[in-house]
Amino acid sequence: MAEEMRIVLRNYGKIDPLKIDDYIAVGGYNALNKARSMKPADLINEVKSSNLRGRGGAGFNCGVKWNFAYMAQADQKYVICNADEGEPGTYKDRLIMEGDPQSLLEGMAICAHAIGATQGFIYCRGEYPSVVKTLNMAIAQATEKGVLGDFSIEVRMGAGAYVCGEETALIESIEGKRGEPRIKPPFPPVVGLWGKPTIVNNVETFANIPAIVEKGAAWYAGIGTPSYPGTKIVTLTGDVVNKTFFEVPTDTTIREVIFDFGGGIPDGKGFKAVQIGGTSGAFIPAANLDTPIGFDAMTEIGAVLGSGAVFVLNDTRDIVDVTARIAKFFAHESCGKCAPCREGTMRMHDLMDKINSGRGKSADVVLLNKLGRVMSYSCLCGLGQAAPAPVMTTIEHFPADYNAKLV
Amino acid sequence: MNYQEILAKYADKPGGMIEAFHAIQEELNYLPEEVIIEAAKVFNKPTAQAYGVATFYSMFSTAKRGKYVIRICESAPCHVAGAAEVVAALEKELGVKMGESTADGLFSLEFTECVGQCQATPVITINGEPYLDVAPAQISGIIAAYK
Ligand SMILES: Cc1cc2nc3c(=O)[nH]c(=O)nc-3n(C[C@H](O)[C@H](O)[C@H](O)COP(=O)(O)O)c2cc1C
Ligand code: SF4
Ligand code: FES
Repeated sequence: MAEEMRIVLRNYGKIDPLKIDDYIAVGGYNALNKARSMKPADLINEVKSSNLRGRGGAGFNCGVKWNFAYMAQADQKYVICNADEGEPGTYKDRLIMEGDPQSLLEGMAICAHAIGATQGFIYCRGEYPSVVKTLNMAIAQATEKGVLGDFSIEVRMGAGAYVCGEETALIESIEGKRGEPRIKPPFPPVVGLWGKPTIVNNVETFANIPAIVEKGAAWYAGIGTPSYPGTKIVTLTGDVVNKTFFEVPTDTTIREVIFDFGGGIPDGKGFKAVQIGGTSGAFIPAANLDTPIGFDAMTEIGAVLGSGAVFVLNDTRDIVDVTARIAKFFAHESCGKCAPCREGTMRMHDLMDKINSGRGKSADVVLLNKLGRVMSYSCLCGLGQAAPAPVMTTIEHFPADYNAKLV
Repeated sequence: MNYQEILAKYADKPGGMIEAFHAIQEELNYLPEEVIIEAAKVFNKPTAQAYGVATFYSMFSTAKRGKYVIRICESAPCHVAGAAEVVAALEKELGVKMGESTADGLFSLEFTECVGQCQATPVITINGEPYLDVAPAQISGIIAAYK
């Protein structure tokens, strides 16, 4: 059986997260010291050649992104940690922040040295008040010890808006405004928080950084699948025996995640479908279970790795009902800035409800597909672009379930 | 602290309106109209913008709420784990529907999307405190502790 491999969760459950001395005793802040002895350009090259790609969903090369902010000329630059973690079924960032907050601070401080920033923010979702306390305590300890040098970090709390996980909406929210995405370009590494060059990275991305700096890019690049190396935390929900989390190399297959790590489907039932990447992910049928969870392998089967949430449905589940519930999520979370998403998510929810309650016709299914196609290329941000994926992939892979509910 | 003092505390923080609203809701459980009008002045923004912020975020409420805000996660993992039965049990126990508050001003019922405790579905939160693997039969006991 495939083995778990802990890089970002290397200290999880092993040290007292509220004691910085525990972190330092296991080698914490050695990587930051090493990074500070390097020239920023060399440090960025190291991160670039590790081929670490963002763990927040878009999979962009981390070092390449840092380089944009490094090259930008400005009197102030910012480092932001995206801890909004709103994707349903996902709690990996919470695990890192609860279990090893200093590793996140160290990763951010290394980024600050690389791009030349002195101010950082952690945007933590409002649903995690206890995590906010933990982070503030960790920052106070790091400041008192002086390990962060001239880099200071402030925690800002979200207030229950899924779209604020989108990096430009997040920036708007830190600026104290409604969290509506900006038109890109310009991208945040050039024009970000208060108009200054800004790096936004996910919690899991930052938590990888100290290990990469310490052990080297070549070590990291050799783990998992070459185009998306390293590990990924997966969080298992729905119909699995082990509803828990694992950190696995990125060449682990979906089948291994569900049947080895997850222990399979409980109560002697069969597998129907799995949705990976959170609620905006595609539903994947049994035929694709041998796909590795790496970013590009998932894209090849028309799915996404996203946040690494793994939501399993057994063969007795009503997949049309689940999809209707998901359609409501998007209608609720659309920020309303652009018409294709504001109107489209609402119509999609109406049509799914109509079908789910036994009033739909086959023409409604055709309409859903058409609407979904239009939304996927005309919506302003990733929320509206991804919203049709669960609907369109369930129509594609489970047509019989839809047909059974049509009049 | 009254709301004027709280607003004054955050006035110099760039982008601090959201933090200030959080702090005021800790005291009042919602954002009354006079708070929003005053916040606009303190942060030097049009009233419409302050109102826009107060109504954009689902954790902020411009309507009066109970002392204890109970939120039920209805995202897909909680949905398939039986969130609807938990909703029914809560509505029965408190005698109000989702979106309403009890007459004694103690409890409000709200839907929420995922609160990030998906290892133990279904999940509810009471003033931010999560309750995991909630079964309908446990609802009476959980509520009793807040009465
Ligand atoms: C609707 C929407 C929600 C998002 N939510 C999150 C989130 O909760 N956490 C996160 O890290 N990235 C989220 N993202 C991705 C961010 O926009 C951004 O790509 C990411 O923070 C970059 O960090 P990374 O390169 O380390 O992944 C979201 C994107 C969209 C479109
Ligand atoms: S796609 Fe949706 S969430 Fe994104 S900007 Fe448009 S309305 Fe807002
Ligand atoms: S899905 Fe309900 S807490 Fe995450």
